[in-house]
Amino acid sequence: MAQQYILEMRDITKVFPGVKALDNVKLCVKPGTVHSLMGENGAGKSTLMKILIGIHPPTDGTIIYKGRKVTIENTNRALNMGISMIHQELSPILHRSIMENIWLGREPIRGPLGLINHRKMYDMTKLLLKDLELDLDPREKMGNLTVAKMQMIEIAKAVSYNSDIVIMDEPTSALTSREVEHLFKIIEELKNQGKAIIYISHKMDEIFRISDEITVLRDGQYIGSYPAEELDQNKLISLMVGRELNEMFPKVKCEVGEVRLEVKNLTVEGVFREVSFTVRRGEILGLAGLVGAGRTEVIETLFGIRNKTSGEVYIDGKKVDINSPKDAIKNKIALLTEDRRHTGIFPMLTVKDNTVIANINKYIKKNRLLNHRLIREDCEEYKRAMRVKTPSIEQKIQNLSGGNQQKVLIARWMLTDPDILILDEPTRGIDVGAKSEIHCLISKLARQGKSIIMVSSELPEILGMSDRVMVMYEGRMTGIVERGDCDQEIIMKYATGSMSCKGGNFNECGCN
Amino acid sequence: MNVAATKRMIGKYGIYFVFVIMVIAMSFASPVFLSARNLLNVVRQVSVIGLISLGVTLVIISKGIDLSSGSVLAVAAVVAASLGQSGDWHAKMFPELPQLPVIFPLLAALTIGLICGAINGTLIAKTGIPAFIATLGMMVSARGLALLYTDGRPVSSLTESYRYIGQGYILGIPVPVIIYLFMVFVTWVLLNHTKFGKSIYAIGGNIHAAEVSGVNVKRNLIKIYAYAGLLAGLAGMVLSARVNTGQPGMGVAYELDAIAATTIGGTSHSGGIGTIGGAFVGALILGVLNNGLNLLGVSAYWQQIIKGSIIVGAVVIDMRKNAKKN
Repeated sequence: MAQQYILEMRDITKVFPGVKALDNVKLCVKPGTVHSLMGENGAGKSTLMKILIGIHPPTDGTIIYKGRKVTIENTNRALNMGISMIHQELSPILHRSIMENIWLGREPIRGPLGLINHRKMYDMTKLLLKDLELDLDPREKMGNLTVAKMQMIEIAKAVSYNSDIVIMDEPTSALTSREVEHLFKIIEELKNQGKAIIYISHKMDEIFRISDEITVLRDGQYIGSYPAEELDQNKLISLMVGRELNEMFPKVKCEVGEVRLEVKNLTVEGVFREVSFTVRRGEILGLAGLVGAGRTEVIETLFGIRNKTSGEVYIDGKKVDINSPKDAIKNKIALLTEDRRHTGIFPMLTVKDNTVIANINKYIKKNRLLNHRLIREDCEEYKRAMRVKTPSIEQKIQNLSGGNQQKVLIARWMLTDPDILILDEPTRGIDVGAKSEIHCLISKLARQGKSIIMVSSELPEILGMSDRVMVMYEGRMTGIVERGDCDQEIIMKYATGSMSCKGGNFNECGCN
Repeated sequence: MNVAATKRMIGKYGIYFVFVIMVIAMSFASPVFLSARNLLNVVRQVSVIGLISLGVTLVIISKGIDLSSGSVLAVAAVVAASLGQSGDWHAKMFPELPQLPVIFPLLAALTIGLICGAINGTLIAKTGIPAFIATLGMMVSARGLALLYTDGRPVSSLTESYRYIGQGYILGIPVPVIIYLFMVFVTWVLLNHTKFGKSIYAIGGNIHAAEVSGVNVKRNLIKIYAYAGLLAGLAGMVLSARVNTGQPGMGVAYELDAIAATTIGGTSHSGGIGTIGGAFVGALILGVLNNGLNLLGVSAYWQQIIKGSIIVGAVVIDMRKNAKKN
């Protein structure tokens, strides 16, 4: 009986207007196991899960749940059947409390009038949070939590349904490593209770750490299901992309020139303090640290989005005063923001418009109208150079995959011809194939003599791409490590504050 | 109390402070203002707009808008009035109709409001057209319906029991005030202590989150607009009873006053934020403003300019308050 499946999805086909998103896909999950669903972006993982949770109806195919054939018309049905999901997109209701978020749609009720039992809701939440070792007040507003804590609440919510199947779509994308450990403990616990977890992640080490079985999809096709121990990273990647992948981190050795950017004692009161570093011509400076360490804040200050309390910034030895993004752009700094969807793309606009929008002045003719011919030429050129996969530059950018959207954004900033390029999580949520292409691109830019600051939460990326790595911990910079001296362990030590440099003298770093 | 806590208090209850300050200022400026008679008068004057704004508050919290309230009020008023005319009136709309108890026109007004609102909600939920468009359509059509029904004429001379709803007193308190306060309470319970209320906040705060949490978004949208329509219908009943006539031209632009009251009360048009207490005080602020400026002899033209500025000012302050948090 132990081999009995709790869920069998067979011959699932899903056709969206014009696209066959899933083609005869199969997924069979055993109770008490972690089943990872792998594939590049656009492979159909999320679509398959949306069918399972009742957001999309399948065009064709059967779902057998606990031995019975079922149809899942809506999310409510799925939840009632015992299937819950942690969604990839964070979806909290920011202005409401933790407890209202968790019990939304199934609030405990008392009395004949159907009024909500707030006390019970509070107690239930308290208990749930305690079980998951989350020290939070159920009445706290969601909007006051950090992104990581919000994610933990989403996880708590999914667990609270007491479901037999919990789908986790990229649950760790916003978590610090401590919280990831916490999540894995929760997963272990759920497994022991005989529940099945369907796990989606781009992070290979996670997949191999927790999976029992792995199902691979590619371009909407079912590739196969394998016991996790039969696969290794390379095998899995080649199954996912259908080809042997080029080197993941195509770091090209290049001439590192003189110092271009120098930051001295940069401080924003209450956020981070006394951050100093330099970036040279052709150098990639990695910026590592846990979520919430202040990395994004540092580069936002550098770019003029935040106002500094004190500190100085020098470019090519000259002191500059950057108080707004406009100043930054004038000083030839470009910033690729962390959140592509909110602060990057204009989803309804075309690839072309998205490419030129930061540099539109270049295309204004003498008669004040736009030079469309030149715009098209430039866009086509960058489309080729960046290898953007799109049928045409007139395509709306929202129809492109995440990786290709990112390439367009890089093109947008390259058009402004920056000297200093700041990349905040340049490959977050991007599949492996496109990832290596973007890494290629970054390397190429460094070779052209650009100075690059790259913030990343993925250590392999930091280690693979950077010439030097600066590590932050709780608003302080704890170390700067040269490429040769760098490994995962050292960075984690700095990033967790167990090692730091004293007195700002980063030549003499040691353990505390 | 330390400074930060004070600031937070002012941030949270700012609109209530503004109200209190206004009342204090007015009572110094005009000796008549603070009399019980005048204060009850203020509440009675805002009760019609206030009733509408309760429904509009729910709508705006759900990130919608309702432009049809004034027209729906008119339809409800003329239909109710046509069922509530005195038996001896020579120009009855339905001469054959016997004199009916007040419950009939009342139910008619409520039903009509409910149906109009439900149509709004259904259009928005099922076709996905923006609330602005759906309710704009209802605003124009319902006004036409009111004109069609009455052939453009007023429906007057209502029964005594009908008029009581707009003109009567219970224990010295005007009946419209009692109805308004009762509905404030009912709506407050609805919004804060029922599943429906939580769903409204969820839909306005993050519609996708509501959907994936198993909230039936479509059905709730229909309920929200139906409730707003119901209140507009009730307001139509109260207003026609108060002026002893149902006119097809009643309530023009009332929806805008109701939206203003809601907005002054701190309900955010970006959805997910808003309170009934705020809507109540927002309506009272409008009322005190009207009343006070009248007592002070400020011209009606200036009153409009002041009112407009206050609406915009309230939102600016609100935006700043919310921006600081982020």
